[in-house]
Amino acid sequence: MKTLLTLSVNGRPREDAVAGNALLIDYLRDTLGLTGTKQGCDGGECGACTVLVDGEPRLACCTLAHSVAERSIETIEGLSHEGNLSRLQRAFHEHLGSQCGFCTPGMVMAAEALLRRNPQPSRDEIREALAGNLCRCTGYVKIIESVEAAACGSEVPA
Amino acid sequence: MNAPDRELRKFGAANAAPHGVGARLPLIDGVEKVTGTARYTADLPAQGALVGKILRSPYAHAELLEVDVSEALKLPGVRGIVTGNDCDTPYGVIPIAQNEFPLARGRIRYIGEPVAAVAAIDEATTDAALALIRLKVRELPAYFDAADARKADAVLLHDNNKGNIEREVHNEFGDAAAGFAAADLIREDTFECAEIHHAMMEPNAALAAWDNERGHLTLWSVTQVPYYVHESLARCMKTDAAYIRVIKPFVGGGFGHRVETLNFEIIAGLLARAARGTVRLLQTREEAFLTHRGRPQTHVRMKLGLTRDGRMTACEAHVVQRGGAYGGYGLVTILYAGALLNGLYDLPAVKYDGYRVYTNTPPCGAMRGHGTVNIRFAFESLLDMMAAELGLDAFGVRRRNLLKAPTETINGLKVMSYGLPECLDWVEQASGWRERVARLEADSDGPIRRGIGIACSHFVSGSAKPVHFTGQPHATIALRVDFDAGITILTGASDIGQGSSTIITQVVAEILGVEYRRLRLIATDSALTPKDNGSYSSRVTFMVGNAAADAARNLKAVLVAAAAKRLQVAEADVEWLGEAAAVANDPARQIPFHDIVEEALVDVGMLTVKGTFTCPPEFQGGKQRGGAVGSTMGFSYAAQAVEVSVDTELGKVTVEKVWSAIDCGFAINPMSVEGQVQGAIWMGMGQAISEETVYENGRHKAVSLLDYRVPTIIESPDIAVHIVESLDPNGPFGAKEASEGPLAGVMSAIAAAIEDATGTRIRATPFTPDRVFDALNRKPPAGAHVAAAAKGAA
Repeated sequence: MKTLLTLSVNGRPREDAVAGNALLIDYLRDTLGLTGTKQGCDGGECGACTVLVDGEPRLACCTLAHSVAERSIETIEGLSHEGNLSRLQRAFHEHLGSQCGFCTPGMVMAAEALLRRNPQPSRDEIREALAGNLCRCTGYVKIIESVEAAACGSEVPA
Repeated sequence: MNAPDRELRKFGAANAAPHGVGARLPLIDGVEKVTGTARYTADLPAQGALVGKILRSPYAHAELLEVDVSEALKLPGVRGIVTGNDCDTPYGVIPIAQNEFPLARGRIRYIGEPVAAVAAIDEATTDAALALIRLKVRELPAYFDAADARKADAVLLHDNNKGNIEREVHNEFGDAAAGFAAADLIREDTFECAEIHHAMMEPNAALAAWDNERGHLTLWSVTQVPYYVHESLARCMKTDAAYIRVIKPFVGGGFGHRVETLNFEIIAGLLARAARGTVRLLQTREEAFLTHRGRPQTHVRMKLGLTRDGRMTACEAHVVQRGGAYGGYGLVTILYAGALLNGLYDLPAVKYDGYRVYTNTPPCGAMRGHGTVNIRFAFESLLDMMAAELGLDAFGVRRRNLLKAPTETINGLKVMSYGLPECLDWVEQASGWRERVARLEADSDGPIRRGIGIACSHFVSGSAKPVHFTGQPHATIALRVDFDAGITILTGASDIGQGSSTIITQVVAEILGVEYRRLRLIATDSALTPKDNGSYSSRVTFMVGNAAADAARNLKAVLVAAAAKRLQVAEADVEWLGEAAAVANDPARQIPFHDIVEEALVDVGMLTVKGTFTCPPEFQGGKQRGGAVGSTMGFSYAAQAVEVSVDTELGKVTVEKVWSAIDCGFAINPMSVEGQVQGAIWMGMGQAISEETVYENGRHKAVSLLDYRVPTIIESPDIAVHIVESLDPNGPFGAKEASEGPLAGVMSAIAAAIEDATGTRIRATPFTPDRVFDALNRKPPAGAHVAAAAKGAA
């Protein structure tokens, strides 16, 4: 049965009729059309659906939509500001942290949560924060460099 | 990182940043990827689409007597059901080996094979309908490994394939017997590689829209080769290809999974027609594992002869691949394994016996490093072991057997450029090879032992003879220019994340010298873009890159002619400035790009200028049967060193650091080359340390990304990349492939590093803790670095 769900998505208040058993990922993708959040597995394996709930990373594919009522949700679509890429988006773009791009939204959101709580993470801290996000293209080397570049706010030496 | 230093051309009057060949440009479609606006197949708007799902066989091998859909059809909300009765045309990527139906007909050959599919108004109805479908079968004996399938009394999976052998290959080049007679040391050993899977991040998906009034089908899919899908749809649906449109949107990786038409793509088309509407067919991760097409489980028995000073005299290889239930790419894979024994070193004699075997497991296919990876593991491993026995250094023995380009191998492969010596030099120096013994001893700590190993590998830059021989060019690109003076690149090349669209754009930018923003690229829509042979065997940079260069040169000629006319000078007197043209030696007489285009359109209107590329016949391999497989115009070369630590109490192997050098001819985009090499090394590492499919009575037990262990960021090392530019005479600006060659050497380099650390050589992949533990405890660990020191001293 559908009931009203009130929450904030990328800074905008929302009120939608949502089924009690609907997952957050399906609410974002199907109801709101925010298809940046990806489903890469059959539940909780790959991290491609990582979004922020009150600033904390969360797997949208393992989260009931109603369980985040009244909370603030951030997705990849909400990161850029006034048409400018966020620091992590720019770093992933300019340092080839993204190849096929399918893991990228989840990877960037997990990294965003990391940089907010730890603005200057070590390589090991980056690895730990992104351990639940699989990538099959990059071997992760340029993902780590991208996060470092974003943290520095400047170019990583080539 | 290690991009070659070179002066790059600034563009236009404003001296814009370099964006031609050689520039470290971000992906041309990268902004979409980092902002979440890139639409992959499952993201496409599909309001009102029906929900499609596939019913898969729970039987490994059975006669399929009946698929009863009568109850399912009665369910309200069901709009279409298809079974094997709806398609009696077999498909398969190799025209002479098509033996698979999109939905099983008469026989089921593996657990997970599609038997029926439903389209209904919502997911719940589709699920309910699938549950109402009844199968009537008579089970048959099933075979899950190659040896069982080859037994004399085994039931045949396919008629006319005695011993369940899809393809046998027997050939000999040079005189192997004489080669072994001339050897001072001959060793023979066996190697086992587990079956692995691509595990690309995007699950499979297709969206099929049937226009019932016109009888037109539009299919969006995750394919690496849209035109194979297009042709398969036309054949299997018995309709004119002109009534079909295939579009590839953003694709989340492939690695070979998507180089052949896959059953769900045809099923989506059949379902949409049956339901007279639009069907969205989203596949689970489990279904990707069952669709499979991965690298086969491979048994290699290899024999090698060396002289005392390390010169190779002969090689003999006996290879058995467990191919799974259908032909797929199988015969190409077994041919590749033999052909690519050559082309890396100067090998005077090779005898090869290959067997591709049908089994009741999901079909294998092409995977990154197609055919060469497992045989290279065996070869490099055996070479290392024999070198140690002879007291030769691992670098030294390889240097002893280098080719000299240009040359032709004993099996007719042309090697036109060869940067392997420079790759070896860099890796030796960067990895600190000569100082390693003391360093590794210092870094080892109790049960944690450190070691380092090296290996070399190579791969083709596209197959010189395409799978479907049509007489058409290997690649075609069109450039379109109209009143707006924008240049639109139209290409059928599939960017699946490897960055081909970026490479094509850089090539066009280099030749035309225009602003990057003036270029747009539209790819992979059969209604708009030229046919392309697809993204496989690393062909795109080489072949499509050459076609793009040809197209850009042709367009430039048209534009120079127009500029000459407008400037009222001879063409030879036009100085091309990219965004403008001037009279040579009179820069004041100059016209901007818009004026040039305006002049070019007079009388003719919109310009569409084409470029093509074709591999000449002399590059298409030896005369022997199957000789085209392995033939290419340019081999990439790679060398790498891998440092590992081994927990000798737990058997756990950790890859600590990799140094990889790639001869990619010329780096059109050095950052992209680094990314491709790092990804390839890492994928090889996954096969080496953790990845394997697991079947229990034919049921795949590792159908999630938790059970099928791809390395996480935690166990992934730093990978230093060095680019060697051998400037291939035929590649675009000298470029060759960069994405598959580096993969094949990784497993043996890691095996060598483990031996360096522990004294134990492991011959079976993956090197999981249980395998390593067992190997270490079969014999007492030797004084590992004593052996290494002996090697180093030689």
